[in-house]
Amino acid sequence: MRWACILLPQLALDHALRQRDDPQAPLALLSGPANRRVLQTINGAARDLGLRPGMALTAAQLLSRDFATADYDLAAVERCQQFLAAWAYRFSSQVSLHYPRALLLEVHSSLALLGPWPRLEARLRAELDSLGYRHRIVLAPNPAAARALANAHDGLAVAEHELPRAIERLPVNRAGLPGEMATALTRMGLRQLRQVLQLPRAGLARRFPPVLLEQLDLLLGHRPLGLDFYLPPDEFATRIELNFEVESHQALLFPLRRALGDLAAYLAGRDSGVQRFSLALEHRSGAPTELKVGLLAAERDAGMLFELTRARLEQLQLPAPVLALVLTARDLPTFVPECRELFDPRPQQNQSWDQLRERLRARLGDEALHGLNAHADPRPEQAWRPHPGMAPPLSDRPRPGWLLAEPQPLREPLAHILTGPERIESGWWDGGDLRRDYYRVETRNGQRAWVFRGAGTDEPFQLHGWFA
Amino acid sequence: MNASVIALDRLLDERRVWKGQPLGPAVGTQPSEHAALDAALPSGGWPEAALSEILLPMPGRGELQLLWPTLARLSRAGERLVLVAPPFLPYAPAWQAAGLDLQSLEVIRANEEDALWAAEQCLRSGSCGAVLCWPRQASDRALRRLQVAAETGQTLGFAYRPASAAHNPSPAALRLLLEGPARVRVLKCRGGLAPARAIAL
Repeated sequence: MRWACILLPQLALDHALRQRDDPQAPLALLSGPANRRVLQTINGAARDLGLRPGMALTAAQLLSRDFATADYDLAAVERCQQFLAAWAYRFSSQVSLHYPRALLLEVHSSLALLGPWPRLEARLRAELDSLGYRHRIVLAPNPAAARALANAHDGLAVAEHELPRAIERLPVNRAGLPGEMATALTRMGLRQLRQVLQLPRAGLARRFPPVLLEQLDLLLGHRPLGLDFYLPPDEFATRIELNFEVESHQALLFPLRRALGDLAAYLAGRDSGVQRFSLALEHRSGAPTELKVGLLAAERDAGMLFELTRARLEQLQLPAPVLALVLTARDLPTFVPECRELFDPRPQQNQSWDQLRERLRARLGDEALHGLNAHADPRPEQAWRPHPGMAPPLSDRPRPGWLLAEPQPLREPLAHILTGPERIESGWWDGGDLRRDYYRVETRNGQRAWVFRGAGTDEPFQLHGWFA
Repeated sequence: MNASVIALDRLLDERRVWKGQPLGPAVGTQPSEHAALDAALPSGGWPEAALSEILLPMPGRGELQLLWPTLARLSRAGERLVLVAPPFLPYAPAWQAAGLDLQSLEVIRANEEDALWAAEQCLRSGSCGAVLCWPRQASDRALRRLQVAAETGQTLGFAYRPASAAHNPSPAALRLLLEGPARVRVLKCRGGLAPARAIAL
């Protein structure tokens, strides 16, 4: 077994930075009661302004006013961890959130598919970077050792036989021991775990609570660590709170792109696609505006989902400024990637028909695209259906290529009648009864038209189609 | 000796040199299936990966019969055919009788502005075999966009336009004027001189 520990040293800050357009701008996360706000964490740019964690907000504002603030949101951190566990689930079936702000992955069984380890590690790092999370990654033979080594190292990969040496060199205060115990050991002059391990076990057991020996055994792999593994949820929901009231679509696009990127990462982990999802825009008062996006086939490409949602969002009228957006996806069918032929006759084919159809539907409306099918009905109005399919033709009489949606009086001067009359008398069963004599005629301009008049009457001709 | 060098290919293309023995008509990869028209066009059929314009003074002059054989051939080959904002309802029994596989046919309803956009998207995507559109007041710029999109997506593009547009220049690779029910005049064809006479189909 080989365990990777991905330590997320500044999860809350990363989460806040992810929602901002410019991650380089100074930002401080605040905690504490309203009358004494304290800077909990700050990013590098804020540190350059002279701010320090633990500083009171009032003191910080004396130093500089050029920094943004946000709440240190514990619930958001929890959601982030869940999301990252879902992301990590793509790489391993055993993902655990046993330690806070750290992901544990059993990667030994994944290496056959995704390995070797340096390649998998590079991939993990690249994806975390693009998601916007700072991280440290360590590989070790057991989860406790991976977690403890991640305190002191980044990019370390420890094999089974190297483990004792690596653990011995670990500083006592980084070994995952409770705080007062680490302090007590340090005061005794024990700075490295090697010194602790050299002491007799019986003496340690007498002087310290059992936690110490347990942790040492866990680190060295003498005792297994019971982990509860992450189980992916059956639906995806994410909520992004905006920092100010947004009134234009343009400003919604950035958080939307983030939300859809998360959705795509989650879908890839479950190997499913999304067919329907809803985007709710929350306002200060009143019901949220809901935008439902339906696709004809399951998709999971983040860029495509974004393009489609953007096209629909741009048509939406915002009744009030938006404070937050919630993305919910419940219908997650299996994703079947489209197959492309190796020897495609069109090498430049850059967009499949499915993608194109979704694009067209997104801009023109769901009803704008339809197929065409013949229908076995003698009445011209009923002889076609807007669904693709194959129906046998009813008769071999000549029929016009163009049909007018509504018959209209024939205005063109008539030259002569080519064929006719052909009586169409039908429809008694559904109330759309008609009795007409149809003629093929030619006008003086040389147009071939399909005209009719009431059966057995001398009414003026009604134009119903063109033999084009 | 003549100082100017004239490429032989060009002379032959312009069809001003009689070659002694008549060659069989050039076989294009996109024949229109009308023998007389194919023989008159330099590519032996529709220009590939380009926009063709069909100008007609009024509906009902055989504008669909001109294209149906091509569309039927493409649909049997499994290519997708898209009609962008047709002026009337395509009457399914007639299209079926013309040999088209209706399952390959898609109709897009859109207003004038969106129709140009949709036609361009369809042409550019390269996932359609032929795209038919009916731009009523298309500017030169819009037509050029369609032409470039057809080149990019390597798709046959057909634009039906009113005959009044015949006097204006157009970026389309081929321009046909429908003079009568079965008479076509070639106004412009890329890669050769347009035949002077009207062609009876």
